Amino acid sequence: MASAPLIELINVTKSFDGERSHALRDASLRIDTGGFIALVGTSGSGKTTALKMINRLIEPDRGEVRFEGEAVASLDAPTLRRRIGYSLQGIGLFPHMTIGENIAITPQLLGWTKGDTAARVAELLDLVELPRSYAARLPRALSGGQRQRAGVARAIAARPRVMLMDEPFGALDPVTRDTLATSYRTLHERLGMTTVMVTHDVQEAVLLANRIVVMSAGRIVADDTPGALLSGHASAEVSALMAMPRRQAERISEILQAGGREIPRHPPHG
Amino acid sequence: MDERFTDALSQLADYTSQHVLLSAAALALGVAISLPVAVLASRRPRLRFTALAVASLVQTIPGLALLALFYPLLLGLSALTVKLIGTSVPALGFLPSVLALTVYSMLPILRNGVTGLLGVDAAYLEAADGVGMTSRQKLLRVELPLAAPVFMAGIRTAAVWTIGMATLSTTVGQTSLGNFIFSGLQTENWIAVLIGCAAAVALALVADWALGLIEAGAVGRRMAPTVTGSAVLAIGIAAAAMPMSGSHSRGYVIGAKNFSEQFILAELMAERLEAAGQRVERKQGLGSAIIFRSLAGGDIDAYVDYSGTLWANVLARSDVMPREAMLEALTAALRERYGVTVLGALGFENAYALAMRAARAAEAGIATIAELAPLTPGLKLGSDLEFLGRPEWAALKQAYGLRFAEEKSYNPTFMYRAIADGSVDVISAFSSDGRIAADNLKVLADVKHAIPAYDAVILISPRRRNDETLRAALAPLIGAIPVELMRQANYMLDRDTGKATVREAARFLEAGAGLSGR
Repeated sequence: MASAPLIELINVTKSFDGERSHALRDASLRIDTGGFIALVGTSGSGKTTALKMINRLIEPDRGEVRFEGEAVASLDAPTLRRRIGYSLQGIGLFPHMTIGENIAITPQLLGWTKGDTAARVAELLDLVELPRSYAARLPRALSGGQRQRAGVARAIAARPRVMLMDEPFGALDPVTRDTLATSYRTLHERLGMTTVMVTHDVQEAVLLANRIVVMSAGRIVADDTPGALLSGHASAEVSALMAMPRRQAERISEILQAGGREIPRHPPHG
Repeated sequence: MDERFTDALSQLADYTSQHVLLSAAALALGVAISLPVAVLASRRPRLRFTALAVASLVQTIPGLALLALFYPLLLGLSALTVKLIGTSVPALGFLPSVLALTVYSMLPILRNGVTGLLGVDAAYLEAADGVGMTSRQKLLRVELPLAAPVFMAGIRTAAVWTIGMATLSTTVGQTSLGNFIFSGLQTENWIAVLIGCAAAVALALVADWALGLIEAGAVGRRMAPTVTGSAVLAIGIAAAAMPMSGSHSRGYVIGAKNFSEQFILAELMAERLEAAGQRVERKQGLGSAIIFRSLAGGDIDAYVDYSGTLWANVLARSDVMPREAMLEALTAALRERYGVTVLGALGFENAYALAMRAARAAEAGIATIAELAPLTPGLKLGSDLEFLGRPEWAALKQAYGLRFAEEKSYNPTFMYRAIADGSVDVISAFSSDGRIAADNLKVLADVKHAIPAYDAVILISPRRRNDETLRAALAPLIGAIPVELMRQANYMLDRDTGKATVREAARFLEAGAGLSGR
């Protein structure tokens, strides 16, 4: 028997303004186990709406979402969400709880013993490369990058098979962002997870994902591997979007080739 | 040390502890009601609008009026419960006070609660959903803790308001620090007023400080300030509750209206009961109508009223009978209709009378109300707070055709000031008032007998009708107090300098009546 896809969006439609405009319009998407899928597109393209439908943070107006073959609408939302890791843009670490308490939330909601939970918190801090002593700190005592690591640790605490990420590295400086993205990619491989990540950064999508879904005006306009999409697409919009990283790279290499012939911005002293 | 000072200090512990218990109960109830309402209101815009509008409206009602409104409300409720389950609800004292204060305390708690809950960052709410919290877990673990500092600030405001307004509960018969203020105002005992004021302020500051510590602890997630603040509050409330739990038997409750003579007589009755080894509670500053109803309802056990007042206000009679006959008819009617016992007359009258400055009256050749009547369009009348609304005034006005150019109401103390300084020309004096002689006032004769006699009588509540201890303590007072003696005792409190305390005046009265050999 052919196994059902892990996650399935079937002809989902969503409008937030009484059908005047659509965040999602008759979109269908199938995600199998083990992939790293990037949802890309401009603001308002519907990528975040599609992501949040998977753990029922947003309900579709029409169509159906399935998780492990079951319609999510028929599942208890909190129970479903405890099985799915979720990492959001603002990180959302609770400011009145320590890092340890934040990471321990989902195991606690699932009724793990204190011992199991504490051991898991220590293990997770190691996994996201944070010192164990940070468990006792409040989120405000951490840097942005450290907080994002803690956010990832919280999301995967109860060993979910699936991780949903909404612009997870959006608010970080480029260096931290790159380091974190790379180490998350490693984590994803090691834990054998399925990751669905929303990002507006095509370069990030190309470097991390093994499948890119491009969205525009509530529709899925392209869905392929990064390699295939980089080498061109029938839609001019998709081609232009996917050409972004290459154009940037070409500009950088031009600058590098120009070498010392570049006109200095400040005349040398002396 | 000044006797007035030591006298006030001796009551400080009792008044403060009752004030603390009242405020704490009202605040606890206010929080218990406002918290769930705030949670619901933060989720439903329509409820939010309604709840905040109602709470704001309540806040605009003057505090004293709010207390006054709970009295008829509870009387109605009491009548209903008597009919349904056979027990009455006390309409005076703790219950109306705590209810009014609770309602009053709700606005700041509600408003801050709603603001706090709505102010929780949406990212935290999404994170709470994302980690799989149910809406209840989200409320308890995320929303309430994050809104706690704003909530606490509301509770602090409510605490300060409640403690301040609790002083007004004295007027509906609940002992509080307001007793110092109200009786001090009546007897011009400014030391008592100051002590009451200072104690209420100190109490509010301590409560605000302790709640502030809890708030700071909540904001900074530090245990120490929270524990300290909670401990201060807990110890304060426990200390206040201590004397209450000492004795379970309810003692006797002696009532008094809001003027010196009433304070003195109530104190005298209370001390005689205490001398007989009984526990006594004093409820002072009650209005004329309220005090009789609470006696009939059993909230107070005994007090002194005046035959003419009862005749007009309670029995709604406007006919005038000879003194003895009226007393007899009154005794029979009160027993029959209300089960209230008239123990007997004290021996003096405290009649409503119209009085003028003696010099002024002589100059104008006025000795009676009939002679005053034609001159009233050019004169100003000063009265106490009740007189203009009483049937006696209506009867006088009708019988003599009085038409004063102006009618002003005063607190009794200030009414005498007003006639002394010429702000008014005629006042509604009391015939037993020591200030009549002292201020050189002339009482104008009621030649048409428009208003009835006002014999001071001791009334006993239906439930104490056969109480021998009470009767034995109070019976010797019957017929023992002539009007001159009462005037002297009243003047001890009402004079401008060298004021005595209520207790001193009561002892003077007892000695003068030849009863102090106990």
